[in-house]
Amino acid sequence: MMDSRRFKILYKVSVIVLAVLATLLLSSFILMILGADIFRTFYTIVITPLTRVGHLTEVFVRAVPLCIIALGVAIAYRSGIINIGAEGQMAMGILGFTTVALSAPELPRPLLLPLALLAGVVCGGLWGFIPGILKAKLQVSELLSTVMLNYIAAQFYSFCLRVPLLDPAEALSGAGTPQSARLTTSIEIGRITGRLHYGVFIALVLAVLVYLFMWKTSFGYKMRASGAQSRAARYGGINVPAYVTLAMVISGAFAGLAGGIEIAAVHRRAIEGVTNNYGFSAVVVALFGMLHPFGIVPASFFFALLIYGSTLTPRAVGVPANIVDVMQGLIIIVIVTTQMILQNTYLEDRLYRRFCARHAGKEA
Amino acid sequence: MEERIRQLRMEHITKRFPGVLASDDISLTVDEGEILALVGENGAGKTTLMNILMGIYQQDEGRILINDREVHFKGPEDAFEAGLGMVHQQYMLVPNMTVTENVALGYKKAWKPLKLDLDMVRSRVVEVSEHYGLAVNPDAYIWQLSVGEQQRVELVKTLCLGARFLILDEPTSALTPQETDELIELLKRMKDELSIIFISHKLNEVKALSDKVVILRHGAVVFSGDTADYSSGDIAALMTGHEIVLPENKEPRVQGELALSIRNISVRSDRGFLALENLSLDVHQGEIVGLAGVSGNGQRELAEAINGLRPVESGTIEFFGVDLANKSPYYVIDHGMGYIPEERNIEGIVPSFAVKENFILKDSDSDRFSRHRFLKKKVINDNAVTLKDQFDIRTPDTSTAAGSLSGGNIQKVILAREITRAPKFLIAVYPTRGLDMGAIEFIHQELLKKRREGIGILLISEELDEIMNLCDRIAVIYKGGIQKVLTHEEANRRTLGIYMAGLKEEE
Amino acid sequence: MDLIINILSMTVPFSVALLLASIGEMFNQRSGVFNLGCEGVMAMGAFLGMLVPFMVGHGGPVSNGWNWLGLLLAALVGALLGLFFGVIVVTFRAPQGIAGIGLQMFGVGTAGTLFRHFVGGTQSIPGMANTPIPVLSRIPVIGPIFFSHNLMVYLAFLFVPVAWYILFKTSWGLKVRAVGTHPRAADSMGINVNRTRYEALALGGALAGLAGAYLSVCQVKMFSDELIAGRGFIAVALVYFGHWHPVKIMGGALLFSFAQTIQYNVQGLGIDLPYEFFVMLPYVVVVVVLAFTSRNQTTSPSALGKPFNREIRT
Repeated sequence: MMDSRRFKILYKVSVIVLAVLATLLLSSFILMILGADIFRTFYTIVITPLTRVGHLTEVFVRAVPLCIIALGVAIAYRSGIINIGAEGQMAMGILGFTTVALSAPELPRPLLLPLALLAGVVCGGLWGFIPGILKAKLQVSELLSTVMLNYIAAQFYSFCLRVPLLDPAEALSGAGTPQSARLTTSIEIGRITGRLHYGVFIALVLAVLVYLFMWKTSFGYKMRASGAQSRAARYGGINVPAYVTLAMVISGAFAGLAGGIEIAAVHRRAIEGVTNNYGFSAVVVALFGMLHPFGIVPASFFFALLIYGSTLTPRAVGVPANIVDVMQGLIIIVIVTTQMILQNTYLEDRLYRRFCARHAGKEA
Repeated sequence: MEERIRQLRMEHITKRFPGVLASDDISLTVDEGEILALVGENGAGKTTLMNILMGIYQQDEGRILINDREVHFKGPEDAFEAGLGMVHQQYMLVPNMTVTENVALGYKKAWKPLKLDLDMVRSRVVEVSEHYGLAVNPDAYIWQLSVGEQQRVELVKTLCLGARFLILDEPTSALTPQETDELIELLKRMKDELSIIFISHKLNEVKALSDKVVILRHGAVVFSGDTADYSSGDIAALMTGHEIVLPENKEPRVQGELALSIRNISVRSDRGFLALENLSLDVHQGEIVGLAGVSGNGQRELAEAINGLRPVESGTIEFFGVDLANKSPYYVIDHGMGYIPEERNIEGIVPSFAVKENFILKDSDSDRFSRHRFLKKKVINDNAVTLKDQFDIRTPDTSTAAGSLSGGNIQKVILAREITRAPKFLIAVYPTRGLDMGAIEFIHQELLKKRREGIGILLISEELDEIMNLCDRIAVIYKGGIQKVLTHEEANRRTLGIYMAGLKEEE
Repeated sequence: MDLIINILSMTVPFSVALLLASIGEMFNQRSGVFNLGCEGVMAMGAFLGMLVPFMVGHGGPVSNGWNWLGLLLAALVGALLGLFFGVIVVTFRAPQGIAGIGLQMFGVGTAGTLFRHFVGGTQSIPGMANTPIPVLSRIPVIGPIFFSHNLMVYLAFLFVPVAWYILFKTSWGLKVRAVGTHPRAADSMGINVNRTRYEALALGGALAGLAGAYLSVCQVKMFSDELIAGRGFIAVALVYFGHWHPVKIMGGALLFSFAQTIQYNVQGLGIDLPYEFFVMLPYVVVVVVLAFTSRNQTTSPSALGKPFNREIRT
């Protein structure tokens, strides 16, 4: 007869296998409606990008902002506040970065780049401060406020690109494509190969720093306590509202930083569409990475793969690129459901007893 | 005509929860017109057994028979149908609905396809309340009612649904002694028409009311017999399994300096009304002051106000000369306050954190556990191992999530943390609620030990025995004010009961 | 004066999507389930609603029955998505906030994917025509504001008292309110808590689907990825604003719709602000309103967001 420890492992493994199957099955269902070749679609999304260096660098380019934003989302999530607003925070970060970059192009590089990135961090952080303080002081659901702030930021972003930051050349030519002027070369973050840039290392260093901060310092301890059980934290003398707000500010700052890096390394001017839904995908990345930096690093690569792979599907198999949103939605749902099932000791216990009973019956 | 319940039998009932055998091969019988007392410590499995009887839980093994016919209840509605009704310990009333609406929830006859016939329900409520002499206002909202009134509503509700067999789960736990006496009289009268199972761990009530007694321990029946043949002492011994004599405060009273001096404070509840009004109370070093009262009279708000968790509208809370009113919890803790909060699972510990992490909840920034904000892993681990041994905390290891421990062990984690922080004062709110005798004994001893060390303690409790055993002085709280402060010698159940009911003088 | 009538006569039909979705969400929340996936369900509804008349008429005129069939299909799929959400948060007890975000992504993503495949690009449909009510629509001021719209507008506003009646005067409403406030009590009275929540989720989902289809079939008469534009989230916010009461929710829906309508009348109003700031306005209003209404919500269903498990004692 099987002992309970081995059953526990079997239970966990089978739940996870079922979760993966459920995700594949549900996405396949949508693909079936489209009449697409299911195997080839998945192959195009998950395998094709790995087959060529050119593809692979593009995957890494997408993994960098995902990783940085997801680290911030995880800090907030661990502190009891869910940040769906990274999209807007990133946009605000880009505006801050671009404004500084455009207004002081003559500054030397060692000063200009950090200053501009700092501006991005501050703007993103401020945009995170709003939902943070609203939640801490007025109990406003951060899920709603961050989503609203995304729409507000998106409008503000297009306004800025259309009017104050508009490229003078565009204004002259009369085309009026909403974009900023190209930034000075001294602010650029260098590229390794293709569009792959040194921001990769920034992301990795940040992952280590976040780990140390959240698990090795009393700041992190208090933030995690606030998130795990805010009442106990408050009764223990922890200033929960302050830490929750701080968590959201940090989270926004990460998104702002990601925005700055994205401009400095990839686009080199502020244009429409830079945020590319990274803010939402990062929530999935953070959850998939188990809200831990060392899980988030591989998770951001995996989702960058999906995001890039899905851009190949319209041409390869005739499946719209939106399929990646479908998969991300499903993955969130499956992850949170799976976690609950794994924690459900009642279900596990019941299955274990049924399992034992059946085995005992067979042996008898 | 509904069938009478001449006899109800539970046979060989077994129910398992993860890691716990909640009911272990339990059998019992109740005949018509009988009152059976189901006795046992907290956690002995009384409520689980009754939830099985009501169809709320399904038993893993065993069967239930009514009039020798086996019955299967898939849910409470089946049990109602058979004539069973239960008044739960925590009242099952929806607070923002009226009495009538609450009854209507189970009164399927009034569920017309396009309309809920509340008039029909209301007349049924009036009929039942008159028949049994249970005064209730059918149009009152539940949140407007006192605990005693809510209990009457529960009884009326159960009877409206046609119960001929009543199950009462610790019906007296929230009542004053006088209300308890009234309830016992009422139940004795109702016995002519009903059979009753009465869950309790208060032996005087068991003796006063029941015909038969069944004692549970760790989910199994350890005794059953006629109540009249046994003394309270016999039953107590069988209930706990071994002779536990809870410690008493017998040492001379040494009143030290004034530690906590509350003057005329007013505090609002979550609902916005004044939960404390001009409350004043003094506690000195070296004494235990008990705060007795029916819960919901401002106890929670008082503890929270002192600890900086709830704003104080007016008045002062002097703590060794410093005013604590409207200060932050951190400020209060920093000034030497120890606090054992009411809801140990969510206020006392962070359940998903390891035991060792919970020990530093209030001290993560202290020099002892961190340097330049970096946590000292080794000190934290060593501290946890020491406390685990010293307080006999039963946990696989100190990395186990605190929330997975039993109630008694969680309370020990909290107690260990609070006491070893060397507080100047301690506030304990319902510290033994829901614990078994062994844990209660341990906690009482620790409290007395702190008293001997000269520390002042404010003990908020609803257990009169606990208060009378431990306290030097007893303050009775009623509707947000201190009704009376009695010395240990002046206090007895009767006088406390009178003050708890809000009466000023003995009448 | 004409300008005001113009704004108000747009406010009423524009509020319908918010109104329907919000009342649906009210039923969800009254039963104790917080469904942030509303946005996604609306997106699916909007796509399916316009798909039916589009497929039949290839963008050309179709008989009105097809429009109604589109609305019906949207409601049906909305109900199914509500039940799907029930599996996640009621049966498996997943945390509702984040699961709702998952449903939102799934719904918006699926609608976008299918739209690209079956419709392609921006395609408008004739949509549902207006049906002015005889006599009443001739009344000056009131007529154009209230009685000159398509049938769905009248039906949606008639549904407000119906929703009130369902919630407060029927046994189902009693069950919904009980399981959202004190599920344990409801359970002890023999009410199937999870089943009731599933029912409420199906109704809420159907209304959200209908709300989405209203946008594509009756209001904008086309589908695009940006069609819903956060209305699902605003609908959730409206439930707080309206204190879980249908009549107050209706007031909120009209208020927000008013804020949205202003952007179409900027020139007439003569305010010289960039266009983007008017588009922003309703979202800003939501944040401000949430800031003032979120605190000390004593009327909120007290079991909101909490899964029910009979065997775990709290």
